[in-house]
Amino acid sequence: MSLLGSAFTGTGRLVRLALRRDRIQLPIWLVGLTLTQAATVSSVVGLYPTEQERVAVAISTAQSPVGVMFNGLVSGTSVGATVITQSFMVVAMAAAFMSTLCVVRHTRQNEETGRAEMIGAGIVGRHALLTAALVVAVGANVVLGLLNAAVLIANDLPTGGSLAAGAGIAAVGIAFAAIAAVTAQVSETSRGANGMAAAAIGVAFLLRGIGDVAGKVVDGGVTLVSAWPSWLSPIGWGQQIRPFDRDNWWVLGLLVVAFAALVGLAFELTAHRDLGAGLRAVRPGRPTASSGLLSPLGLAWRLQRGVLIGWAIGIVVLGAAYGGVGDEIEDFVGDSEQLAEYFEQVGGTGRLTDVYFAATLSITGLAVAGYAIQTLLRMRAEEASGRLEPVLATSVGRTRWMWSHIAIATLGTVLLLVLMGASTGIGYGAVVGDVGDQVSNLTRAALVQAPAVLALSGLAVVAFGLLPRLAVALSWTALALCVLIGQLGELFGLPQAVVNLSPFTHLPGAPAAEVTALPLLVLLLVALAFTAFGMTSFRRRDLAPS
Amino acid sequence: MTTAISVSGLVKTFGPTRALDGLDLSVATGEVHGFLGPNGSGKTTTIRVLLGLLRPDAGHAKVLGGDPWNDAVELHRRVAYVPGDVSLWPNLTGGEAIDLFGALRGGLDPKRRAELLERFDLDPSKKSRSYSKGNRQKVAVVAAFASDVELFILDEPTSGLDPLMGAVFEDYVREIRQEGKTVLLSSHVLSEVEALCDRVDIIRLGKTVESGTLAELRHLTRTSISVETARPMTGLADLRGVHDLQLEGTRAKFDIDTAEIDRVLNHLTLFEVRTLTSTPPTLEELFLRHYGDELALQHNAMEANAR
Repeated sequence: MSLLGSAFTGTGRLVRLALRRDRIQLPIWLVGLTLTQAATVSSVVGLYPTEQERVAVAISTAQSPVGVMFNGLVSGTSVGATVITQSFMVVAMAAAFMSTLCVVRHTRQNEETGRAEMIGAGIVGRHALLTAALVVAVGANVVLGLLNAAVLIANDLPTGGSLAAGAGIAAVGIAFAAIAAVTAQVSETSRGANGMAAAAIGVAFLLRGIGDVAGKVVDGGVTLVSAWPSWLSPIGWGQQIRPFDRDNWWVLGLLVVAFAALVGLAFELTAHRDLGAGLRAVRPGRPTASSGLLSPLGLAWRLQRGVLIGWAIGIVVLGAAYGGVGDEIEDFVGDSEQLAEYFEQVGGTGRLTDVYFAATLSITGLAVAGYAIQTLLRMRAEEASGRLEPVLATSVGRTRWMWSHIAIATLGTVLLLVLMGASTGIGYGAVVGDVGDQVSNLTRAALVQAPAVLALSGLAVVAFGLLPRLAVALSWTALALCVLIGQLGELFGLPQAVVNLSPFTHLPGAPAAEVTALPLLVLLLVALAFTAFGMTSFRRRDLAPS
Repeated sequence: MTTAISVSGLVKTFGPTRALDGLDLSVATGEVHGFLGPNGSGKTTTIRVLLGLLRPDAGHAKVLGGDPWNDAVELHRRVAYVPGDVSLWPNLTGGEAIDLFGALRGGLDPKRRAELLERFDLDPSKKSRSYSKGNRQKVAVVAAFASDVELFILDEPTSGLDPLMGAVFEDYVREIRQEGKTVLLSSHVLSEVEALCDRVDIIRLGKTVESGTLAELRHLTRTSISVETARPMTGLADLRGVHDLQLEGTRAKFDIDTAEIDRVLNHLTLFEVRTLTSTPPTLEELFLRHYGDELALQHNAMEANAR
């Protein structure tokens, strides 16, 4: 046993080191996901207080392929089961990402940065690094499961179901921790390991999505029985526990078997490779640059295109989903006054379907502002990392360098809004049999968001130009305030002067409301003025590395 | 003699810190100019001012006859820069980064690029993410040397290179010099500065404390003499400028102020010189003379802490 023991020597100290490094990150994940659960419980209790309303929402979710794809199973009409249908997919998927990022951070990233070498030179066994990472990830998931169960119990839901729900969430997270343990051995870079683990999460999501969409609706439409593909997915297993309905604890047995097999495989791989090496080597890249890269704009595009493509895929899926349920929205809202009120608050008044689209597009506008800010803050990342300095030491002027990033953020914003409008139009048009008109109508409505997005992202340009070290915090805070004002402004009865601070307040609620040019023009002027001011400020200031 | 870089009375403060405190620097066209100083003495800040990345609070700076802040874009066509700490884009290959810097500077010579890659033994198809510090530095050095520019500003360019690559680097600097180009070389490696530089500036706490050719600077310091004579020597200890004398009859070892060397040699001939070796002061000694007190202070502080 001494041989086995020595392979794990030092695990305890490495666990403490990992916990110390994660002392901020993990609590944010845990608290954030617990609050998500809590918010879902209170919204379900508020939106569907009666059995009759829960029957209606269960039937409409189970019947809508889009609803099933994104929410998963429907398991009856109890309050608990309704909550789980709404929250499980979001919380479990997030737990999966929390776990894979955590495991890769404490294994492959350590090797890549050379930290593992220093640790390996100390008194630690060969398997200690991976074991410590798994201990931390599994521990975090157990805590997450217990916190979620506690939130459900605190809302007067049955204890058995609450614990089963917590266990299901933890089970999904733990399964993906084991998958990341394997990808961290296979890929030579932490980025590659995270990418492969994320792809595994995506495949697991799709497998159970296919199985659930192909499933049978029974019990008068309030229960969905999955087809076999769902049983190939760890996310599917988590769902099949069916908390507050069957409480199928035995499903956890599948997880234990899979966890043991995957972790065993990861240990086996660790034993057969050198420190720092992967099983899949990094592919060599181009030895010379293509001509498209050789300008400030070419460089900016190369740095920004991945982000834009990721957002574009997300936006198209979201738009198709919004559009796909557009025709069912009247049934869906049905008698629920709260839901109708919510849409009216966010989307304005008019035909319910138009109001619904106005609401989804205004949410999209805020999301796209997130894209624009993320893209513009890349400028600060370039400066802080020291990569900007050698670029500005060539004959590239500050204005030209800045323009290339602003141009990509602006065109990307327009592109994402067009994609949103078009995919919503295609989704809705396919259902109502009128793709052409819906696409043109909803694309124009989506573009109404652009001036507000650009005005807000102009503020990010000012922050970068004037207060580079605070740019990240200021820009995201501004977006968070706009989200709060948009979602909660009326609820909290904020004074109009405050509500007016958000550029999104001034947008007409297209397609429900008539579009007037004046507010859009004013917002565009604000965006231009902000951008010009930010650029002038940057031209005048010292470069500020971190 | 035309000047490539002229700086006078440069002041730059960051909050309470006075990074540059009236710094002067003059680099003649066609020379390799050493720029020496300990960490935090203001070398990198000076270079950032010369590149128009920082705006000085006071003083004047001219680079190739232009204003480094206002004429940055125009000037940078004629300047190549190697930063002390090279950060690259992790998802670009080294070859892509070299081409990019070259193109942004106005083009590079593909033949020279290939030759440099081979001499520096750099694989251009690897992503920068997987490069070591030395390899990232090679990327910047290759991009700079493959460009056709008049002035090279190199900030500790060899700090991550092994001695073999350091030698390749020195070859290229000599080549550039022969082409009549100007180099400002900030460095910690004194042997490198000694081997390459025509003139040096030593700075400390944001001020130039010593400036001149190596010969001029040596004049300010001491030469080590080791001598053997036929008859026992006398009177050496009374001569002006003799230090650390070790005398054993006909053998003596001592340091002399370089300015006094002629008088001392005259005195030695009285005892019939058999052998004599004289070692000129190294740059290390020059450097230590300026920072010696600081090092002594640090040493004392460390000892005090240890106690």
